[in-house]
Amino acid sequence: MNIKRVGSIAAIAIVGAIALSSCASNEGGAGTGSSAGSSDLSGTINGIGSSAQQAAETAWASAFQQANADANVNYDPQGSGAGRTSFISGAADFAGSDAALSDEELKSTFAGCAADSKAIDLPVYISPIAIAYNVDGLTDLTLDADTIAGIFKGTITKWNDAAITKLNPDAKLPSAAITVVHRSDDSGTTFNFSQYLASQAKSVWTEEASQTFPYSVGDAAKGGSGVADAAKNSKNSITYLDDSAVGDLSVAKLMVGGTATELSADGAAAVVSKSPLVEGRADNDLAINIDRTLTDKGDWPLVLVSYIIACDTYKDSAKGNLVKAYATYAASADGQKAAAEQAKSAELTSDLASKVATAAATIK
Amino acid sequence: MTATAERPSKADTRPKSVVRLGDRVFSTATVLSGSLILVVLVAVALFLIVQSIPALTAKPGEIPQGAKSFWDYVGPLVFGTIWAALLALIIATPLALGIALFISHYAPRRISQLLGYIIDLLAAVPSVVFGLWGVLVLAPFIQPFYSTLVDKLGWIPLFAGPVSGTGKTILTASIVLAVMILPIMTAVMREIFLQAPRLHEEAALALGATRFEMIQMAVLPFARSGMVSAIMLGLGRALGETLAIAIVLSPAAVVNLHLLTSQNPNTIAANIALQFNEAQGVGLNTLIASGLILFVITLLVNMAARFVVNRRKDFSGAN
Amino acid sequence: MSVAVRNTSTRTNTLTAGKLPKGAPWGLLIVSWAIFVVIFLLLEASGTTSDFNIVGALFFGTILFDILIVVISMVVEGGRKAKDRLVTSLVATAFIVTLLPLISLIYTVLSRGLARFDSAYFSQSMRNVIGDGGGALHAIVGTLEITAIATLISVPIGLLTSIYLVEYGRGRLARSITFFVDVMTGIPSIVAGLFAFALFSLLLGPAYRAGIVGSIALSVLMIPVVVRSSEEILKIVPNELREASFALGVPKWLTIVKVILPTSIAGLTTGVMLAISRVIGETAPLLITTGFTTSMNYDLLMDRMMTLPVFVYTQYANQGPNATPFVERAWTGALVLILIVMALNLLARLIGRFFAPKLSR
Repeated sequence: MNIKRVGSIAAIAIVGAIALSSCASNEGGAGTGSSAGSSDLSGTINGIGSSAQQAAETAWASAFQQANADANVNYDPQGSGAGRTSFISGAADFAGSDAALSDEELKSTFAGCAADSKAIDLPVYISPIAIAYNVDGLTDLTLDADTIAGIFKGTITKWNDAAITKLNPDAKLPSAAITVVHRSDDSGTTFNFSQYLASQAKSVWTEEASQTFPYSVGDAAKGGSGVADAAKNSKNSITYLDDSAVGDLSVAKLMVGGTATELSADGAAAVVSKSPLVEGRADNDLAINIDRTLTDKGDWPLVLVSYIIACDTYKDSAKGNLVKAYATYAASADGQKAAAEQAKSAELTSDLASKVATAAATIK
Repeated sequence: MTATAERPSKADTRPKSVVRLGDRVFSTATVLSGSLILVVLVAVALFLIVQSIPALTAKPGEIPQGAKSFWDYVGPLVFGTIWAALLALIIATPLALGIALFISHYAPRRISQLLGYIIDLLAAVPSVVFGLWGVLVLAPFIQPFYSTLVDKLGWIPLFAGPVSGTGKTILTASIVLAVMILPIMTAVMREIFLQAPRLHEEAALALGATRFEMIQMAVLPFARSGMVSAIMLGLGRALGETLAIAIVLSPAAVVNLHLLTSQNPNTIAANIALQFNEAQGVGLNTLIASGLILFVITLLVNMAARFVVNRRKDFSGAN
Repeated sequence: MSVAVRNTSTRTNTLTAGKLPKGAPWGLLIVSWAIFVVIFLLLEASGTTSDFNIVGALFFGTILFDILIVVISMVVEGGRKAKDRLVTSLVATAFIVTLLPLISLIYTVLSRGLARFDSAYFSQSMRNVIGDGGGALHAIVGTLEITAIATLISVPIGLLTSIYLVEYGRGRLARSITFFVDVMTGIPSIVAGLFAFALFSLLLGPAYRAGIVGSIALSVLMIPVVVRSSEEILKIVPNELREASFALGVPKWLTIVKVILPTSIAGLTTGVMLAISRVIGETAPLLITTGFTTSMNYDLLMDRMMTLPVFVYTQYANQGPNATPFVERAWTGALVLILIVMALNLLARLIGRFFAPKLSR
């Protein structure tokens, strides 16, 4: 009883101390930060959008805030759909999205933008999608689009299926059932994965590209970390996920144009760089139509591009300046390097980066 | 007594009750806050209905996941919601009853206080943590049992295969749900059991009743309405639980009674959590409309429970 | 006296005849556990199972105990006693079976959460932190503020409503409130979040994000729990107390404030604590309404605010390629959340103890 009472008083004291402590010790405020950040940018911008981008946004925001001590960047990882909807309604100053604005969305009125001005898409985040597996003793595996489609559709159910052994004559494949793990939530990753299969394995993958995994097969898990955990915790499993979430899982090689290709950030960036822009958009709108058919050496066409969506001209020019500076930083070599370190994304090719920089410079 | 007590002049008319200011203020305040709840609820319902209309009137192509109509979309979810909550209740109710009795009438007093305290704490574990525990600890631990069950008892439809390779089945989700609703059910039941009239208990024991007979005669009848309340609170939480199921369950758009496979019916709340992030347009309306359906389900379940309680009102402990 | 002692040692004691000795159930429980531990060890040694399964052994051991105690009691003590033993053992089994997942849960949170349970965690925010380090002070402050406001809104409304239902309410209004409060317990948390968000969007525009919106969303979830649990507690305050108070000429409202509430204060605080526990861990409604930030914010009325559940969830869901610091922060966040509730619970118990009148129990 006595101990209980003392403990409770101590607990109250701790809670009180936390509540009353004036500030977080790592937040110097303008006082300590002003010497580092000598810019005149100040204010707060709020982004909402893709959770895939969150790690990169964190890296950008922290570097940006260090350089501009009076600036604040918040990013809610609510999802791409929520991000675009919020941006259109004016709830967010910019959106992070795994898909560019659709033509229909472009027709809507953007509450945060100046009258008659439209929104633009800036590709700033490229993430290669990996086919990852967890099979004891198997570290080298090559798959082609048809086989991947068969596995994830449920028509190939054993690891030693003829289709897999044909591609991997030297591998020791167990005669175990394949545990397919896919996303249970809607995601840009699933969209890009199914778009790739719908274009490259037409005969097997008969569904259209969609954010929802279309077939009833295997186990489903929430989020990239969810599928990674599920694949790790079960034997003989295979899944698709952003390269950044792979962790200890092994990554399969992909048959691209007849050669077994290893996943590489450069290959993914190259594919994005070589892909055409969506037609009929404004000059500074860089929506990309990813070309899944590219087969140059090293190309990795299983890739996701994520955008920062911003106004061409903001109602509030101070916000416009902040978003402009922020997007410019994100696309810069420094920003891309920071994202690659923090989020394991692929850096934009210098060609594409300069295009994004030019487009970002037009934000007012 | 009779000599000193001077009766009012007119013995047969009752004195007019004085309405005091304090009374009036207080009772008005209680009525107002009660009505406020109704207002909030009406507002929530209106919000849900207005937002649902586009989904209810949607043309076939507009509903996500290729469903022909909204009802086609929401059907498996309704089934999954009720099925998962039912499983959780089947697991949790006897356990909660057991623990509450254990704390109130079986365990030594000192221990029981500590135990009650631990159980209360568990009500506070955020559902994310329950979800993570379910998927990282419980599912891998329990998966071998599932394999054995499917091998040995696969001929029972409930245990039909193929077994899930990850253990992320509806049974695992229901176990997690059961663990989540246990604290709240236990806490309410315990408080009720502790309030059972001491005299009745002692009288029963004095007449030679065993402890169980005493509980049967003096405690349970008294606590019946409270127990139903506790179960309803648990059910409410089980029906509306979002994130833990979203993390633990491996969902598919199916209707089946298999407990141990990878293809499990999803629940409405978990489906909202899974699809909400990327939803837009009619898709978003569809999700909110499914929330409305959940609302209606809760309404129906509560009506049923009320019906049961009212039929038994004569035995309820309220005096 | 001494004669009696001699007698019991030689002859059967009529008081204890046909009864199992006092320690028998405990001994039996330990024996049953031991049997299954041995069985499982043998299974492991023979290679049938790959590793030793202590949980399984305890589980099956407990079931064996249930069967044994009933059979033995049936033989020694007869039917009624056996039934009593059966229920006792079932109650104990329920307890042990429940304790297993709970212990596992607490162990998981503790073992993974202690890694980052350091001073930086309580003195830093996540502003400008990438990868390693950082803390959750901003989230702790946010959670405390938002939950406090939600409690301040919900408890008076909930308590007054339950008083209305128990003390005043008759007729249609009372019945419909009772019914709709039940319905309200079933509002999915995300719908409450959407509702609060839509409400404030109407009033202040869609870009408005603040702690207060989250408090409103949490209140919607919290009120029914407060009403439901306090109603049950108020209902069982003995009528004799009310009648005695009225007989002394005390006005009704004073009776409620001075007699009924103090009598039930312990139960009421438990109810309020349960309600707080119910909402303090909510994630989805807070992500929609109060948003996400890495910086400190004390102002409930302006700008985004971080909360612990959102912190835990995002740290787990959106980890970088080097996942360890993220996952560690997430588990520590869960641990801190549980500790906060523990502290609040202790506080509530103290309140209950100081204000409650002395009763027989």
